[in-house]
Amino acid sequence: MAKDILLEIGLEELPARFVDDAETQLKEKAASWFKEQRIAFNSIKSYSTPRRLAIHITGVAEEQETIEEEAKGPAEKIAKDESGNWSKAAIGFTKGQGKDVSDIYIKEIKGTNYIYVSKVIKGKPTYELLPAFQSIIESIQFGKNMRWGTQSLRYARPIRWIAALFGSEVIPFEVASVVTSNVTYGHRFLGDKITLTNPEEYKGKLEESYVIVDSRAREKMILDEIESAEEENGYQIPVDKELLAEVRNLVEYPTLFIGSFEEQYLKLPSEVLITSMKEHQRYFPVKSMEGELLPHFVGVRNGDSNGLETVIKGNEKVLRARLSDAAFFYNEDKKHSIDFFQEKLGKVVFQEKLGTIGDKTKRIIGITGELAKQLDSNEEITKQALRAAEICKFDLMTNMVNEFTKLQGIIGEKYALHFGEIDQVASAIKEHYLPVQANGTLPDSEIGAMVSVADKLDTIVGCIAIGLTPTGSQDPYGLRRQALGVMRILEARGWNITLEEMLTITVQLLKESGIQIKEETNVQKELHSFFTARASFILKEVGVEQDITQAVLHEEIGNVSYTISKAQALSAVRNDEAFKPVQEALVRLLNLTKEEKHGNVDTSLFETDSEKELYQNFQLVQEKYQDKKDGKEAKDALDVLSTLSESIHEFFEHNMVMADDEDIRANRLALVQQIAMLIRDYADLANIEWKQHF
Amino acid sequence: MNIQEMILTLQKHWSDQNCIIMQAYDVEKGAGTMSPMTLLRSLGPEPWNVAYVEPSRRPDDGRYGENPNRLYQHHQFQVIMKPSPDNIQELYLESLKELGIDPLKHDIRFVEDNWENPTLGAAGLGWEVWLDGMEITQFTYFQQIGGLEASPVTVELTYGIERLASYIQDKENVFDLEWTKGVTVKDIFFQPEYEHSVYTFEQSNTDMLFQLFEMYEQEAKVTMEKGLVFPSYDYVLKCSHTFNLLDAKGVISVTERTGYIGRIRNLARSIAKAYVAERERLGFPMLQKEEK
Repeated sequence: MAKDILLEIGLEELPARFVDDAETQLKEKAASWFKEQRIAFNSIKSYSTPRRLAIHITGVAEEQETIEEEAKGPAEKIAKDESGNWSKAAIGFTKGQGKDVSDIYIKEIKGTNYIYVSKVIKGKPTYELLPAFQSIIESIQFGKNMRWGTQSLRYARPIRWIAALFGSEVIPFEVASVVTSNVTYGHRFLGDKITLTNPEEYKGKLEESYVIVDSRAREKMILDEIESAEEENGYQIPVDKELLAEVRNLVEYPTLFIGSFEEQYLKLPSEVLITSMKEHQRYFPVKSMEGELLPHFVGVRNGDSNGLETVIKGNEKVLRARLSDAAFFYNEDKKHSIDFFQEKLGKVVFQEKLGTIGDKTKRIIGITGELAKQLDSNEEITKQALRAAEICKFDLMTNMVNEFTKLQGIIGEKYALHFGEIDQVASAIKEHYLPVQANGTLPDSEIGAMVSVADKLDTIVGCIAIGLTPTGSQDPYGLRRQALGVMRILEARGWNITLEEMLTITVQLLKESGIQIKEETNVQKELHSFFTARASFILKEVGVEQDITQAVLHEEIGNVSYTISKAQALSAVRNDEAFKPVQEALVRLLNLTKEEKHGNVDTSLFETDSEKELYQNFQLVQEKYQDKKDGKEAKDALDVLSTLSESIHEFFEHNMVMADDEDIRANRLALVQQIAMLIRDYADLANIEWKQHF
Repeated sequence: MNIQEMILTLQKHWSDQNCIIMQAYDVEKGAGTMSPMTLLRSLGPEPWNVAYVEPSRRPDDGRYGENPNRLYQHHQFQVIMKPSPDNIQELYLESLKELGIDPLKHDIRFVEDNWENPTLGAAGLGWEVWLDGMEITQFTYFQQIGGLEASPVTVELTYGIERLASYIQDKENVFDLEWTKGVTVKDIFFQPEYEHSVYTFEQSNTDMLFQLFEMYEQEAKVTMEKGLVFPSYDYVLKCSHTFNLLDAKGVISVTERTGYIGRIRNLARSIAKAYVAERERLGFPMLQKEEK
């Protein structure tokens, strides 16, 4: 007879962000335990609320599956004496297995016979094994753990009850001094203490006690109510998925309510309104059908509609206080000027050894200026970029950003426009923080991109220069994310500048501004390996394999967009049968020239036609290659190099590179090395594992 | 319910839970947590249950009595229980009911909030308790105090009295709250709010405050070397308040700020160690008393 199992861990309110994952862990850990234990069951369903994690398993067998197992004994030689009778060893073995010599059979393994007995392992009653739930409960991992009372267990929040039933029987065990029972609790205020007679009634009984244990069902209740609120009022209520997931895990029984605030607050930047509602209060903002913010908000209460008017009034009061603060800050800030805030930047430390934000701003201006020169930006762009660089941080000193830190840049843009800056400069202030996440939106404008790169490089190079290279999970300044951001911008803009050139500019500016840089060669090395790791990551993301990544990054990262195109061009030909002779020729040549020194080629020392032809060809190719490289045409550049292959084959066919004559040998080596240099400029093809043969 | 009745109700409630009802500690401090009744007593193995009102000075929040929500000095009702009782959430919710808050007619939530006070080397996990969207209480299980692991764990409840009162009395402006019949917060606190703001932001003697900080710090160190934990801690509190005055006046740059906080933290840490050592030397008296 199969039975159902219920396991429910009752907790003090779990952080909403842990609930879903903990539910999944409980389900998966339980399922794999049953499998390991050879206990059959039909289905397993998991539930969660902020106050409980639960599983309901149906059709659980009353016993473990009984299985037959082979036990291997000694070799037959040892198991039998001279006269062919079972030896002491054989008798001892069978006894040890609870068997008799008559049970012995023989199997051959790699030419030797061994004795075996087969044993039946009888399944134990499931009920006896179930107290193992204790370790399943204890093994659930949370992002952050705590201790409570006198307990030593570390858990997301204190465990207050455990309901554990196998059929109608309580499964006896305890976790952190909490003893299991058949009792659970309904909603904190609306529900009762519930005694369960069997697992099947769990979900229904809790629902009667105002707990919807299925988080998806709670989500659906919220969505349905949002939908009807939209229909009734002619609203649009955009549902932010993350917020919805959080809200459903903040409540056991959701009831929607709509609150309002004074229309005057709609004059605040919409980001301020939305942040106040969403992040601070977990409300859904409300829009008109035309997409304009309305002075309403949607909240979700943990409970029923009793006293909902009071709840609404309270929530409105809280939001009003926040918005009135925001409005006060907004009006105060606007009374000042950009210069007023700029002046304060010099008093706020960015990083102890890297100076104030004012110092940082000066370096951002410097890097932006150098960048504009290298990119040949026109006068207008240069002027705008420098202005944007100069004021990109001013909003950090405003009351508004002090209160709403996540709105840095966004507030900067609004205020810059208010203070009379032109659109391009204002939006560059916002854009210079982009991408916020490594794969987030990039700056739209050229000047936004320039200031963004300048700001990020200053942070990355500055931190690494003073010894703050990220290690393991330690990356407090988010340098990795910022480095990816820099490279993604460089890729997207296709600027004619190498990453190494940009790093040199930045290091130079840091030095000029008096930053104490630790040993410079080490810094160069660290920067190189730090950025190479990020570049490898980006290449991996676009599907480039490891060996090609190494081949294109073997010396430097170079021009990011060109380097990526090169990797893609090589990825395309690595499986191409037609490319095989080219690859063979080029790699053969590379393999001859492991070390990079070379002299000049003296044409008068050429002896053979093939030698002369290779040299002439090389000179032609060299020129064309440079054109293609300048034009960032990676595929064409590879094609140009490929045209060398025939003359390389011919050359090797008709010439001994290691000629007896010292001068001729040196001359041939010089030729080979010059060509190799050119190929390596593209990529170290010898690193690539060619796959055309397959 | 006026503020006075609220305080009396909370005192009665927690007194019934065997808390010692203490009076406010007589040295300036930024939060109830900094009272030695919380900070020191929550260290070590001895049981400790206490409740008190703590006037908390936050010079930076001074607004000349003009802001409806911010005060130079507000009041916290502080409850400390070590070890944290298993039914602490119920005890807390019970206290709200006694304040006239019917949970069936309101939305009461426990929203994750992890608390950290680097100045005191203290950290804890818990929630802010929301009443219809408003934070009314900080509910924290201490995990670390003065850089030492908290074991057994102390639970700390900090009710924001003015916050809660503004809800109970349905007032938008903190100065309109009734303290007791016929007396408002404005009557009692407007003048000090105004004067303290003028003093903090305009009139304080910066040089003297810097000197005081040094002197207090020195005295804290010297006193501690003599094994006098409580007097030494008083000087740490004085350092902390002096620092807050300087910080509010904007005369401490961000770099210096980190330095000052570090100095206070180092003092707090060594006092925490000294306190536990001293209690151990005394044989953890409260622990023995409980066993008897």
